[in-house]
Amino acid sequence: MTMNPDSEMSNLTTPQPYMSPYLAGIGLGLVLLAAFVIMGRGLGASGAFTSFVAAGVGTVAPEYARSNTLYAEYLGAPGTNPLKDWLVFEIIGVVIGGLISGALAGRVRRDVEKGPRISVNKRLVFAFFGGGIMGIGSKLARGCTSGQALTGGAMLSIGSWAFMIAVFASAYAVAYLFRRQWQ
Amino acid sequence: MNAPFYKFGLFGEDASLVVALLIGIGFGFFLERAGFGSARKLAAQFYFTDLRVFKVMFTAIVTAMLGVFWLSWLGLLDYTQVAVPSTYLIPQIVGGLVFGIGFVMGGYCPGTCCVAAATGRLDGFVHLFGMISGILLFGELFSFVEGFYHSTPMGRATLPDLLQLPFGLTIFLIVLLALAGFAAAEWLEGKFAPSTEEAGS
Repeated sequence: MTMNPDSEMSNLTTPQPYMSPYLAGIGLGLVLLAAFVIMGRGLGASGAFTSFVAAGVGTVAPEYARSNTLYAEYLGAPGTNPLKDWLVFEIIGVVIGGLISGALAGRVRRDVEKGPRISVNKRLVFAFFGGGIMGIGSKLARGCTSGQALTGGAMLSIGSWAFMIAVFASAYAVAYLFRRQWQ
Repeated sequence: MNAPFYKFGLFGEDASLVVALLIGIGFGFFLERAGFGSARKLAAQFYFTDLRVFKVMFTAIVTAMLGVFWLSWLGLLDYTQVAVPSTYLIPQIVGGLVFGIGFVMGGYCPGTCCVAAATGRLDGFVHLFGMISGILLFGELFSFVEGFYHSTPMGRATLPDLLQLPFGLTIFLIVLLALAGFAAAEWLEGKFAPSTEEAGS
């Protein structure tokens, strides 16, 4: 494989190299441990977006949302605000923390992440439908890479380890089909 | 020390939301540091060119797992008060298989697409929007999958129960597995990675 000319260009903005994956992993692990020690719970992401969806449906059609057992679980007791939720505040923090790290390292820029052989529009279509498929998968599994793989993984949950193995197995199985998007 | 602090009533719900924000900032910070704001870095895992996803995830799992183990052993943390995600085995395996397709196709997971969007990646933002749409679709069709969603419940089921091994030994085996995995990952990268690695691009 030849060098990607885009990566030469982006060096003009001199983004710093990423942290060693092992150091970053220790950092993430300590954040997760802090959540266990302080809160008695772990991290999450997809649950916050389920709260957003439930709150949205609950605003448009309150009675219908209450009758749907999935939304009802995320709406909480009547009269409470479904967005006043631990994971919702945590995910707002994730956005802020990501921005701080990116800004400090000179990595904040308008860009589309893709390989050289696919157009921007096609990549965005893949991103949308990939995101949609992932949304469905995360609901079936009751969580994602944060709530299941990291949190449940560290707490040795059987379902979380089964989920994690299934994610890697499936991603490797279909990677060849999507190679033009990345390579 | 009485941990988990929240479970022992050291602070209330409003303060817990401040904690959530701070924990989230730390989480997002290290996700971005790890390179997970970049779909190319994430997807590289599945083409063996950069195995960061595996290395970061397993280092994080091992770090937190050992922390929980030692703090419990020292009597500082009540392990039984820390939430373990309940197992619903078959829906979680099927969910994982679906999730993996979305991962390679979309390039992010639910947490990392937030970091990508926050650092200006348009595809991260679109992935996020797609994910919310997928969750809405799932919610609308929930009555059709509700039976399956609740199937094979196992409750608070952990690997030591499954393997019938002591807790400490299970943890030791996972650490060995992770170390073997890291060695294998370094070897694979040596075989598959392009010879000139552009850091941070």
